[in-house]
Amino acid sequence: MNDPNSAYLEEVDLHEGRIIEDLKANSRESIPDPDAWLAEEEVKRNVLLTSVDWLIDWARRSSLWPVICFPACCAFEFIAAEGPRFDLSRFGMELLRASPRQADLMITAGTLTWKMAPAVRRIYDQMPDPKWVIAMGACGISGGIFRSSYAVVPGYNKIVPVDVYVPGCPPRPEGLIHGIQMLQKKIAKEKMKPQLPKIKLPGIPRLKRPSA
Amino acid sequence: MTVALAAKDLVVKLAEKFPGAIEEAGRDALLVKISSLLDVMTYLKNTPDFNFDYFNFLTAVDYYSFFEIVYHLTSTNHNHSVFIKTRCYDRARPSVPSVVSLWQGADFQEREIFDLFGISFTGHPNLKRIFLWEGFDGHPLRKDFNR
Repeated sequence: MNDPNSAYLEEVDLHEGRIIEDLKANSRESIPDPDAWLAEEEVKRNVLLTSVDWLIDWARRSSLWPVICFPACCAFEFIAAEGPRFDLSRFGMELLRASPRQADLMITAGTLTWKMAPAVRRIYDQMPDPKWVIAMGACGISGGIFRSSYAVVPGYNKIVPVDVYVPGCPPRPEGLIHGIQMLQKKIAKEKMKPQLPKIKLPGIPRLKRPSA
Repeated sequence: MTVALAAKDLVVKLAEKFPGAIEEAGRDALLVKISSLLDVMTYLKNTPDFNFDYFNFLTAVDYYSFFEIVYHLTSTNHNHSVFIKTRCYDRARPSVPSVVSLWQGADFQEREIFDLFGISFTGHPNLKRIFLWEGFDGHPLRKDFNR
């Protein structure tokens, strides 16, 4: 090829290949689902939920904004769910965010190939906390009928932690909405764990206690 | 409706022009020797009687003992089409002349065949993988591919 950039383009291709191979090598094991805390006794009895927790959970579950990340055909069921007939916006989800930085829910609709996997992983990494993932459809859960393929990721939980699995090929919009409601119920149980940055405060001179 | 040219009719004209180049004329496909593939293709495209100006697709078949590369050509002027096949017996280093110089549309499809079958197309301007990533081991549409 007479392109003056051909050496650079070749390097880009090799770089992409290295990224994919790295991701593939690092994702042989499934990432465990982030639901261990649901089994805790306190959560079950729902006793430690303060009113602040309740308010924050209410705000979070009522405005789940999905990011646009729909690699394959389950996206059409999502589009149907988003449309006027099923009307997902009843649940506070009317806003699809094109930028992952404004989203907190990832609905992984469809087959994921290894070539696409680094992009999905990057979208997930760019989403701000708190964030949740719904694996939609058979391919999202396990790779589906393409599981044994050389090019397909066998389930999104190899790449990102998944909160809710919605089975079906594809799941009907009602199924997806049910999955979203399950996620909302899960969020309703969450406790706030404030993680403040550890700042070393300057020493404050202490008052001396008056003696006697 | 596009008329599929009978290979028997076509082979008479081609055999005059390229003696020994046509190995076999089936019911609807011509089997061309790989050494004269590019000449035959050029002739089919540029001769006014045939004028195959549209390249439908290109694909390949793995028969274990050889690869068969299949070209589907159409003429938009005469509204006829034909299948051209060629065989490549070298399994370790299969190589076929590229037809990108004749039909630009063959570019990505030859890259696809290169990617999935490992057949290299000599004269292709940018022969590299198109579906799979660089560093992928093997060519998955070969019959002996094991993951």
